[in-house]
Amino acid sequence: MKKQLKVLALMLGVAGLATSAAHAQDKVKIGFITDMSSLYADVEGKNGAVAIQMAIDDFGGKVLGMPIELLTADHQNKADIAASKAREWIDTQGLTMLFGGTNSGTALASAKVAAEKKRVYINNGAASSALTNDQCTPYTVHYAYDTVALAKGTGSAIVDGGGKSWYFLTADYAFGHALEADTTAVVKAKGGNVVGAVRHPLNASDFSSFLLQAQNSKAQILGLANAGGDTINSIKAAKEFGIGKSMKLAGLLIFISDVHSLGLRNTEGLQFTTSWYWDLNDETRKFSARFFEKTKRMPTEIQAADYSATMNYLKAVEAAKSVDADKVMTTWRGMKMNDFFGSGQLRADGRYVHDMYLMEVKKPAESTKPWDYYKLIKKLPGDSVFTTKAESKCPLWK
Amino acid sequence: MWPSDLNSLHLLLPPMEIFGVSLPGLLSQLLLGLVNGSFYAILSLGLAVIFGLLNVINFAHGALFMTGALLTWMAMNYFGINYWLMLVLAPLLVGLFGVLIERLLLRWIYKLDHLYGLLLTLGLTLLIEGVFRSIYGVSGLGYDTPELLEGATNLGFMIMPNYRAWVVVASVVVCIGTWYVIEKTKLGAYLRAGTENPRLVEAFGINVPVMVTLTYAFGAALAAFAGVLAAPVYQVTPLMGQNLIIVVFAVVVIGGMGSIMGSILTGLGLGVIEGFTKVFYPEASSTVVFVIMVIVLLIRPAGLFGKEK
Repeated sequence: MKKQLKVLALMLGVAGLATSAAHAQDKVKIGFITDMSSLYADVEGKNGAVAIQMAIDDFGGKVLGMPIELLTADHQNKADIAASKAREWIDTQGLTMLFGGTNSGTALASAKVAAEKKRVYINNGAASSALTNDQCTPYTVHYAYDTVALAKGTGSAIVDGGGKSWYFLTADYAFGHALEADTTAVVKAKGGNVVGAVRHPLNASDFSSFLLQAQNSKAQILGLANAGGDTINSIKAAKEFGIGKSMKLAGLLIFISDVHSLGLRNTEGLQFTTSWYWDLNDETRKFSARFFEKTKRMPTEIQAADYSATMNYLKAVEAAKSVDADKVMTTWRGMKMNDFFGSGQLRADGRYVHDMYLMEVKKPAESTKPWDYYKLIKKLPGDSVFTTKAESKCPLWK
Repeated sequence: MWPSDLNSLHLLLPPMEIFGVSLPGLLSQLLLGLVNGSFYAILSLGLAVIFGLLNVINFAHGALFMTGALLTWMAMNYFGINYWLMLVLAPLLVGLFGVLIERLLLRWIYKLDHLYGLLLTLGLTLLIEGVFRSIYGVSGLGYDTPELLEGATNLGFMIMPNYRAWVVVASVVVCIGTWYVIEKTKLGAYLRAGTENPRLVEAFGINVPVMVTLTYAFGAALAAFAGVLAAPVYQVTPLMGQNLIIVVFAVVVIGGMGSIMGSILTGLGLGVIEGFTKVFYPEASSTVVFVIMVIVLLIRPAGLFGKEK
């Protein structure tokens, strides 16, 4: 009798689980896993969640009659945490779609989980071009920028300006390696050469030693293949050791939060490529003012992309009349997108092709208002800066 | 025969290479390693003092270091108080904060297992860093080098920023001063006796609880002093303590948890070893200290200079 009771209880329990999973389909759950507390927290972080929530609210809070809920988590730059959180949300919370955040290592890991479980996966924060190249999936949308665009934009501009010999200071993980490799390819294709590279651990606090090695290489250009806190510390130390006297710094990935932290004195003249800037036109300024009201900071390109991608995703869901990942992706690839972030289309490999901008940091005298940091050098058409079909190893893009 | 200026000092060196790195290149890394080692030395000194005399594993040390740097930045930004004043003021303020921590929180757990001290101070760290992070973000706040120490000296084989040379000098002076007070003066003797046998020392009429509080406050002040030194070098961020504290713990373990001189020498030495690793195999520079810690623990569990308890 006791055994039968146990079996009955077990069956009820399992039935209960099944029903709760079924109930989860009544809500559209958007997941957001990014670095919330470490070196990349300012480039996306919790304000990225603010941007996504703004988009959800502006869309009306509901899609296809279902309320939209935002789940957030901190992956602490650890791929295993990102992957297991994604898996947990999909398996137990009925997650509909996932935003993978900064850090290419975690991005590649969580993209795999999303593909395995057939969920739409959008990434704005991570840079590695591998997301839409050899590691492309039918569900990955790489929205804002990637290492190829950064390399082609900044690398070309600097080599054209006379910077032929390069030395790289590279963050020793997926992102740094990708950025170094992509930029090396561009430099070599234009007749330049790479004298050497030094790989530093992610989130290193002291760059003096690596910078001295760079200086000893006698290269013309120091390519900073790192981001966020690492870039800030590299630039600060470079100033201290007078690296600028013998080498020119090339910031391969610069965010407005970096410039804000370092100040124009330390960053003036830096040339870099970005997907968006808050002061480009009236539309960008309108969004940025609203964002500033909530967060007291101007949005970075990633945070703007988080808003824009959410909006376009929800529009795609509405057009597809379904949250099923395959249907949404097919519909989304057929949509022409145009908003304050950019205009263009999703490619078969998951890459959002839109214009990029080559910027230069203003001198302190040229800045007329708070956060007035960049001047536009030129617009880079999307087709000229992202991976071309010939260069792509993605089996989905033939 | 002798070079008349610092610029040509390196010409005295034989022109040779070690594993593909020139001798001037190695020397410059040695100097830089000494600078990092100075930070390790001061921080591990504070930790060793607190552990050696109080038996508390003070995980909050990194956060106190960061608080020292933050106070320096806030003083400059909001009140215009300069760096030199903060060298004295920040340790005092953080020392006071240390008194508060010891009186209100730590005194309840002395009789308990070491782990409780670790947990409590770890919780404190998360609190302090979290508050700072929510107000200022993680990108960091810039702090300019004090005017007197601006610029760099060309040593020939490298350009040495004057400020970094000052860091080495200041750290060594403070470390040797602290060692002298603890090992060679009456006050230090009371402190050491007070922690070994508090009942007996109290019987002599010495106020042991006050001494214990002052010891913790002093350790905290040392951490804050390192923080003030660090403000112009590293960006002032909530993460600055985190990055250093783990290495500093390894330094203290290698040097021997109770040994003051051990932690100073080990701090400097490990800074140099880390510097060399950055030249020959930079990818391992963040792990070499722990590899050494494992080796030392296997061969001499009490640490290089420690005494078995």
